[in-house]
This record gives sequence, C-alpha cells and structure tokens, in this order.
Amino acid sequence: MTRSRIFWGIAAPLSAISFSLLLASGILMLQGANPIQTFQLLFSYGFQPRNVVAELNQASAYYLAGISAAIGFKMLLFNIGIDGQYRLGVFFAAVVGGAVTLPPVLHILLIVFVAATVGGAWAAISGWLKIKYGVSEVISSIMLNFIAAGLVTYMLNPLRLGEQAEGSQNISTPTIPESGWLPNIEVAGGTLYTFIFFSAVVGVGYWILITKTVFGFNLRATGVSFRAALSSGVNAPRMIFLTMVLSGAIAGLVGVGTLLSDTHNYSLSFPSGYALTGLALALLGRNHPIGIAFAAFFWAFLERSAGVLDLNGIPTEIVTMMQGTIVISIVVAYELIKRLNLRQQQAAVGSHQEEAPEESKETDK
Amino acid sequence: MVTPVAAIIEVAGLVKRYPGVVANRDVNLQVDKGTIHAIIGENGAGKSTLMKMLYGMVKPDEGTITVEGKAQTFKGPQDAIAAGIGMVHQHFMLADNASVLENVILGSEPSKFGVAIDFEKARSHFLDITKKYGLAINPDDLVADLSVGGRQRVEIAKVLFRGANILILDEPTAVLVPQEVNELFENLKDLIKSGLTVLFISHKLQEVLEVSSHITVMRQGTTVASLTPKETSARELAELMVGRQLPQAKPTESHAGDTRVLDIQGASYRQGDGREALTKVSLTLSSGEILGVAGVEGNGQSELVEMILGIVKPFEGSIEVLGNDATSMTTRAIRDSGVGYIPQDRSRDAMLLPESLWENRILGHQATAPIASGVWINKKAAQVDSERIVEEYDVRTPSIRVAAAALSGGNQQKFIVGREMAGSPKLVVAAQPTRGVDVGAQALIWDRLVAAKENGAGVLLVSADLDELFALSDRIAVIFNGQIVAELTPAGTTPELLGLAMTGAKAA
Amino acid sequence: MKTQGWRKFLSSPGRIAVAIAGVFFIVALVEYFTGATDITSSGASSATLRFAIPILLAGLGGLWSERAGVINIGLEGMMIVGTWMGAWFGFLYGPWTGVLFAAIGGALTGLLHAILTVRIGIDQAVSGLAINLVAAGATRYFSGIYFVENGGDISVSPMVQQPETFTVPGVSSVLASIEGQDTFFVSSVAGVLGGLVTNVSWMTLLGLLCVPLTWWILWRTKFGLRVRFSGENPVAAESLGVNVYRVRYIAISISGMLAALGGAYLSLVASAVYREGQTGGRGFIGLATVIFGNWRPGGVFSGSLLFGFTDALRVRQAESVHAVLAIVAVVALLFAAYLFVMRKRRGAAISAILGLLAGIVFLQVEVIPDEFVTFFPNLVTLLVLVFMARRLRPPAMAGAKYRKGEEISE
Repeated sequence: MTRSRIFWGIAAPLSAISFSLLLASGILMLQGANPIQTFQLLFSYGFQPRNVVAELNQASAYYLAGISAAIGFKMLLFNIGIDGQYRLGVFFAAVVGGAVTLPPVLHILLIVFVAATVGGAWAAISGWLKIKYGVSEVISSIMLNFIAAGLVTYMLNPLRLGEQAEGSQNISTPTIPESGWLPNIEVAGGTLYTFIFFSAVVGVGYWILITKTVFGFNLRATGVSFRAALSSGVNAPRMIFLTMVLSGAIAGLVGVGTLLSDTHNYSLSFPSGYALTGLALALLGRNHPIGIAFAAFFWAFLERSAGVLDLNGIPTEIVTMMQGTIVISIVVAYELIKRLNLRQQQAAVGSHQEEAPEESKETDK
Repeated sequence: MVTPVAAIIEVAGLVKRYPGVVANRDVNLQVDKGTIHAIIGENGAGKSTLMKMLYGMVKPDEGTITVEGKAQTFKGPQDAIAAGIGMVHQHFMLADNASVLENVILGSEPSKFGVAIDFEKARSHFLDITKKYGLAINPDDLVADLSVGGRQRVEIAKVLFRGANILILDEPTAVLVPQEVNELFENLKDLIKSGLTVLFISHKLQEVLEVSSHITVMRQGTTVASLTPKETSARELAELMVGRQLPQAKPTESHAGDTRVLDIQGASYRQGDGREALTKVSLTLSSGEILGVAGVEGNGQSELVEMILGIVKPFEGSIEVLGNDATSMTTRAIRDSGVGYIPQDRSRDAMLLPESLWENRILGHQATAPIASGVWINKKAAQVDSERIVEEYDVRTPSIRVAAAALSGGNQQKFIVGREMAGSPKLVVAAQPTRGVDVGAQALIWDRLVAAKENGAGVLLVSADLDELFALSDRIAVIFNGQIVAELTPAGTTPELLGLAMTGAKAA
Repeated sequence: MKTQGWRKFLSSPGRIAVAIAGVFFIVALVEYFTGATDITSSGASSATLRFAIPILLAGLGGLWSERAGVINIGLEGMMIVGTWMGAWFGFLYGPWTGVLFAAIGGALTGLLHAILTVRIGIDQAVSGLAINLVAAGATRYFSGIYFVENGGDISVSPMVQQPETFTVPGVSSVLASIEGQDTFFVSSVAGVLGGLVTNVSWMTLLGLLCVPLTWWILWRTKFGLRVRFSGENPVAAESLGVNVYRVRYIAISISGMLAALGGAYLSLVASAVYREGQTGGRGFIGLATVIFGNWRPGGVFSGSLLFGFTDALRVRQAESVHAVLAIVAVVALLFAAYLFVMRKRRGAAISAILGLLAGIVFLQVEVIPDEFVTFFPNLVTLLVLVFMARRLRPPAMAGAKYRKGEEISE
C-alpha cells in the first residue's frame, strides 16, 4: 500500500512536468525553434556551477514560500497573502535592522524576528477576518496584498523610511551594518548564501511540527476531516487562526535571505510574486519538506537557465508558461488520481453506494 | 356513498435486493385515488426503498408498479413525473436567495420566444395552483424569509406546477413545529378534495391516525398490514410496526453505583434554523449501569449526544458530566475528563479515513498520556497501543500502518471502541455502536460495553436497534420529538408500550 | 430580511434622483469652498468613465462566474489576454476586429477555467492563479515574437488605431459653455454631463450596455435563471433537469469574454497600445466590485464608477482627492444623522465614525499620498466584507465543489 503511494506520489509531478515539456515543445516549434536544442541549452546552462549556486540561493527563498503555503494547505487554507506578508516582513526587517547596531548574532536574530512577526501579524488579519466574519482567506489575502504593496511603496520614500543614495535613482532602506550580515561561502565560482541552512532548518522544523507534535496532528486532522477533528476536541477557529499566523510568519522570512546575504537593504527591486510560486511548490512537493526542496530547486533552475534563451532569440517567457502549465497539470493529475483511487476503493468494498439504503441521511440535519 | 374507487397506484410483489441485504420483498400496496395513504414503519423497514422505486430513482428487481391502470417502468425521475408522480423530499432543494416563483418554475419555465421567461404566464399558473390547493405562499417572497412550513409548501407547489396528481411526502412533519403540522394537514386535505392523491411516509402514529384515510404498515422490508384508522388503534399499529416478538431481555445485574456520571436537567437546544431539537430533556446515568436511549432516528438523538460532548450548547438547563458543568467546557476538556465517545457516523466523526490505523489511535486522545506528553506525540506509544487494540478486539487488518479506509466497517468500529475504552473512561457515550457491523464484531462490541459497565463506567447507549437495547440496557429512556417521553426497564415493558413511546402516541 | 431602512428610502427612481441631487449639492459646496473645481469638470467625468469601464467589464465577468457558482481569480489573466489580442489584432485588422478577437480569446480562456474547475474539479483558486501566470507568460512570449518586428518591443505593441468616438452634437457644446461660466452647482452639473457626451468611445457604450444586458439575461431569461441556480443550489437545479455543467461552461466563458473586453478597452480606448502590466490588478479590483455590488449588475456598476472615479482623480489633480474627503465626511455625517433618526444605531455609529475620520484626515492632511489611493478599492472591499457581512448575499454555493450526482462537499 505504501509502495503504490510512493509511486503515485512521484508519478503525478513527473507526468505534469512531462506534459508541460511537451506543450512547451509545441509552442517552440510554432516559432521555428528546435525544442530539443532549447532544452539542451537550458540544461547545460542551468547546471553550470556558477549558476547552480545562484539557483540554490534563489531556491532557499522559494523554499520558504513553499513551506509557508504547505502549512496552509495542510489545513485546506489558501495563503495567497504570501506576497504581502513577505513584502511587509522584509521591509520592516530591513528598516529595523538598518536602524540599530547589535552584536552580530543578536542583530541577525532581531532581523529574523521582525520579519516573522510582521508577516505573521499581517496574516493574522486574514485569519481573524475568516473566523470572525467568515471572509474567505483567498479574497482577503488578495486585497491585503495590494494594501501591503501600497503601504511599502508609500513608506519607501526619502521623506519617510527610505533613503536615496547619491547619484542613484534607487530608493532603499538604510543599509544594515555589518553586524547584521550573514557570511557567504565562496564555492565553485559562485557565492552561496549561508541562509540556505536556515531555510533547511525551517523545513526540518516544519516537518517536526507537523508529524511529531500535538498541534501538527490537530492541524492535519482538521484538514483531513473537519468533523472528526471537531469531535476529537480540536478548537477549529483557533486552529485556523494559528495556522494562518504561522504560515504568514514563514512567508515574512522569504526575503530575509536576500536581505542578510546580498543587498543588506530593501528596495523596490526586490522581487514580488512569491505567492503563486509558494503555492505551486507546495503542490509540486506534495507538502513534503523534501519534495518542496526539489521543487524549489527545479523552479529556480528553470528561471535561471531561462537567461540563456534570450541570447539565442527565444523569449524567456517560455519558462513562465511552462511553470504555469506545470501548476495546472499537476493539480489536474492529483485530482484524476484521487478519483481513480476512490473508484478502486469503492469497487473493492463492493458497490458501497447501493448498500442498506435505510442508513442515516434521514431527519438528522 | 360507496362507489368502488379505482386504485390509482397498485404495487404487487415488489422486490429489491442490494449486495448482502434484501431491502424490499413481497411488497404489495394499493392506493386509492383521492385519499391520503400513510406508509408507516421503523428505520430499516424498507419505506425509503419503496418510495425510491415509486418515483423512479431505483429500479425494482421483481414485481409491478401500475399507475392509473397502466403498468410502468420508470427509467428515471422524469418518467415518474410524466406519470404524474411528484416527490416532496425530506431535505428541501431550494435556493434561499431566489424568489418562491423562481424556485418553483426552474427547469420548466414558460417562455417567450424560447429565451425570455414569461413571468405573467408563470405567475398566473402559480397563483392558480396556490389558490386551488390552498397553499399559503406568495410568488415574490424570498425563500430565505420563509418558515420551514412555508418552504415545504414551495416544494409541494413545485411538484404541482409540473402537473403531479400523486404526491409522495417523505417524513414531512419531521422538521415542522405543531402549528405547521396542522397547516400541512389542512393543505393535504384540500389537495385530496381536488382529486389528488397523497402518499405519506411517517413513523408518527398519532399524526397518521389523524390525517390518513388508509394505512399500510411495513416491517423488515415487506408490507405486513393494510388498514383504515377507524378499524385500528395506535396500540395495534405499534405492535405491527415493532413485531410481536421483542428480543429477550438478558438479566444483567445492575452495578449502579452512587456516582452520577451524567446528569442532565431540563436541557433544551435550538438549531440554527430556529427549530427546537431538544426540549427540556432530563436524564441521569450512574456509574456501573447502561442507560439505553431508544427512538426512531431524527428525534434528537444526535443533538443529545453532541450536547453531552460539548460540541453544541443548550440554551437552557444544565448538563453535568462526571460532576463538571459541561455547558462551559470545551469538547477537549470533556473528553479528557474521562469520556469515551463512539459517534454515530464513524466515517465522518470518528476517523481520519486516509490516515493509518495507528494515527487514528491518536484521534480524540491527542492531549493525554500515553499518546501525548506535553506537545509531543508519542508515536511509539500510539503504535504499541494500536497493536494491543488490534489484538484484544480482534481487528482484522494486515497491519496498523494500513489506512483506516481499507478496513471493513466492522473492524473500523472495533478499533474505535478499543480506542475509546483505552483510557478506562468513566462515561461512555455510544451512538449506534453496531450499525453496519457484522455479527461477530457486534458480539464483541456488546461484550466490551458490558465489561465497561462492570468496571464501574456509566454507558449511554443511543440506538435504533431494539435487539441491542434489550440485550444491554439496565434502563431504557425513549426519546421522541426532542423530548424524553418514557423511562422503562427491559424486563418490565411490552412491545406496545415501547412502540407507542417511540412513535409518540399517547398511551390510549 | 425585507427591504428596510435606507434601501426603502432609495426604492423609487424619483427618490434616487433626489438623493443624487442632494449629494451633488454637497459636492458643489465643497468645490466652492476648497477651490477643487476639477472634481466635476468634464475632464474628470470622462476620465472617470474611461477608468471605470475596464473595471466594470472585469466586474461583470466576475459576476457571471460567481453567479454560476465558480470563483474566477483568473480575471486578471483573461484581461491580459484581452489587452494583447485587442492590440495585436487591432493593429493587423483594425480596432473592432481587435475587440472581436479579444472576446474570443477571453471566452476560450474562460472555457479553460471552466473545464478545469467544473469537469475535472480542481480547486478554483489554483486554476485562476495558474491561468494568470500562463497568460502573463504567454503574452510576453508572443509579444517578443510578433511585436519586435513590427515596430514595438517585448513589452509594448506597435501603435494601434483606436475605435471611433462620438460627441452628441449641440448638447456637448452647450454643456461646455455652461461649464465655462463657473456658476455654482449648475456648472458642476454641466461639467459632469459634458464629460459623458463628449468624445465618448463607442466601446464605452458597448461596455455600458453590458450592464442592462447582464441584468436582463440573468433575471429575465431561462438561461439566466439556471445560471443563478447553479450558483445557489446546483443539486436542486440538477434535480429539476438543469445541466449544471453545461450552464457553468457557458457562464464562465462569458465571464472570460467580458474580462477580455475590459482588457481590450485598456489597449484600444484608454490608450492606443498594449503595454505590459497594463491591467495593473484591475482584474482583482473587478472581483472587489462584485463584492461591493452585492453580486448585482447595478452594484458592480456603482462600484466601478466609484473606483474609476478615485483612479481618475489621482491622475488629474491631487487636491481633488483631498476635497473628496470633505465630501465623504459631509455625506457620511448626514447619513449618520439620518440613520440615527431611523433608529439604526449601529449603522449610524459606523457612518459617523467614517465621517469623522474622513473629516479629520481632510483637515490635517494636505495631499493624500498616491499609494493610498491605489489601494483604496481593496480597503473598501475589506471594509464592506466586514461591516456588511450580514447584508451580503453571495450565491450560496459559489466556490463549493460540485460533482454531478453527488452531494455538495463542504
């Protein structure tokens, strides 16, 4: 039984990726490009040591977005608000980090703490709206994302919390003093952020929380069967709220890697759009910390290696399209597999639907 | 004025089999035109299956259905509707956010040029019907604003709009309050005055005697009697429904102690739609005894159980579980204080089907030793104890790592019982504990419940299975329409008394 | 919950007219005192219309989909498809062909969303988000291929011919002269009306027509009734012989088509090019107007006007936005007084607080930061969701998974 689970666990992502490759090939051929050559290009470029390092760095940020989404998914919650939580988290972390000087370890811990707290607080709004007013977290998150973006743009102004370097158009937060920098490792021609270890620790923490703690059990139970969890004593509203906060806290950390290891300040050149990436990775990785890790690297690999396409006259967006179709295909694959499994099960139990029709379903509820 | 009235529906020798069970056999029915014909029986008597065959949801294996002299084979509900049969379901199918008129005409809208809805035509047809049959509903009211009785009238209007002249109503009074029941009966009488025929499924004898012109009794899948109210009594009907032979009461010694494990006084609970599901319920259960709660399903049993477990709260009255005030406790706290809970719907409320068996051991006990210590789940302990349960309760499973969904119902239930007994609970709440369970598993579960009682626990046994109640209970309380209407002992009761109580008839 | 209180107050067209006139009077007053005369200028009102139409079309798209029971987060992506198809085919064959192809592209994208969520049954939010991603990538990809060799670049299309505009003869010039005379109240009215009849694109008219058309189809035709029931109680609809799947396919395709038309408007009317990022989140604002409008076409229209108005002001003059606060403050306080008289304490309190807040901000702050105005629609939507939770009537089963022949899963 577990054998087939593993099989299906890998079959779905693989088939989704294959399907997207096929689709992308079709589009490439339309344009007159050779798909095999294109993929070879991508592959070889992406695996160059220098690029692998860059991909690992990017993956460490994507990984956190994936974990954040996964926590929500385990409870059937959609945290699309990762965008806003990340942005506010990294912004305030940069501001606070740039405003103080502390002994090195403390300084970094402070930055991490601020990022997580702000992200969690922003997500708490969505959580509270859901349990108090029944507002769908999808809608509230989308709205809050826009509000967060506006707030950050507003505050990132020389008149307020931002500053403009001499002779540069770029506005950013004050640079964080060196005590707030994470060391980097020079390896294979690239600079690896040590932040990747932090991400790994978060992943481990996520796994331990979900599988080994009572809280994690309650979380999973509520996602699997709301009623069974309720009957077993789980406080559902509290669970929903806490899960959103936790997911938001991790989302807040997504930009910390870049902050601590690379730019040391926040500016508008920071990427956006982590929400969809996070959700996609959680889906691809089936909410499993190792699966998400592979997915995160794969995602970063695709994006980085797309850079080579430009030099060969192929728009890099073919990769974006592939990413989108992967998301669609994988969800479709899961759904179809779920249906297949269900049908198998029912056949095994022997047309379960036609049994003793006098069962419940009468006047109760 | 005795003119031979033609039977509008004749059912002869109807049989329906499902894997493992014969739902209907040798069913014979004759419904006269222009009458209210009641079909009564307990849970499991075969009423629903018969109705499904009559309105085309299910095909009979043998036998004939004749409507207005013509033999019919229904391939689906459309055929039944074409034959003039309209079904008014127990669970209404209405859109709250739309008007009464829109709900009634959906799917059969009169139209202009095939695209636009001809509201004038729809409205006049609708008003014709409501006037003719005395249905007090307005076409432009929003369904959300209607009372339950009003919604039921909309459902009736729906079938009449489509030209039904035979209405089947499935437990129509189950969701109504007394005034609405009277209104409904007035409506039904108006309907038959206009020449329609009504088939009325119920288990409430008093109502049936009051409103029907003819009664057919079903028991264990077949029709056992056909009578008129004049020639029978509630007593006799109850007897026919329940069967003369009651299960033998097993002489178990009552170990009833002094401690009250459950003390409910005057508790009432109102559902979301305003209906009072429980009215001033009072029950006490002492340690060392089994209190059975008998009653046809849907009379408040599930609400009672959920109230005890703290999942819902009463708006008046008090509930004390193991000496603590349950109305102010969380479900978690109540369970942890020593309450074992075997829910009525195991797949929905008691198990995480896709998870492994040992993970299911944790469910319900995730805050207590030995499964949990502090914040951590003790996986080893859960697995070890799961093995123990599998061993002691004879749960047939290849391993404890198998998903719960893979086990048969009986084995699932055995595991659940084992899990709930694991903490040596002082109060066990068991709702339909052997439903859908094979005979062997049933015997084992019964043994364990008795063993729990002998160890000093108090067991609340809610069941629709009279065999079960008689085999296990020291006392039996009967619940009807959300109220406790009788308290009996197995040895000291007769089928009539029990049947009467369960079906709400006053002891005539 | 029968129509009560202020809804009854607005129940007849006559009364609505009075209410509008009253608000207008207050606007004119504020204009006079603050000197922010641009609020009711013809420039402002035509800009409002121009900003409102894309939001309106996106909102109607969202309405169609949710009324059928499916939440469409992919509106943004469908809008993007519309901007691109409108610009490209407009460039090749003329603006109206662009509109046509935009509609087709949007409908097909909507159909994809429908098949994924209805037939296959994947989560509606995931499907929508993925469609957004694919649309964004695809348009950029194809831009790179087609635009570059035609005088544009990867993010901008070549210039496109715009659809024609019309000006109501006579009326327009009369209004313009009245406006120029700067008479209190009358000039303001003339200004607003002037903007509505001068240089109005035919496509604007098309967009506006979609409102009564949507209303008529959904509330007056057989198909529309079935669409609404698919969103309210699909099981009931199925039991009465409605093919819920088919109804949803069509409704969601229409949803995509409308969103795409909104996008085409952006690239053909509001500007004369396709530009990357043109939609700027309007697809999501469209979703917001559905909520704001309580899932009714008239409400969506009001919402789009409101959001279009704030968008237009932002672009024109900063002091106008500031003055609007004063208007909001006065109207809110008056409304609060009215509610208080009608014994609606809670509503009165909320309205009073809003009015006071608006008034305080107005007095304290000179210029409303641009960024705040950009997320104004989102904030308003959240507030509506919170404060109007009880009055909102979303289609009961919107977002729920429905499979033919089975019970609804929660």
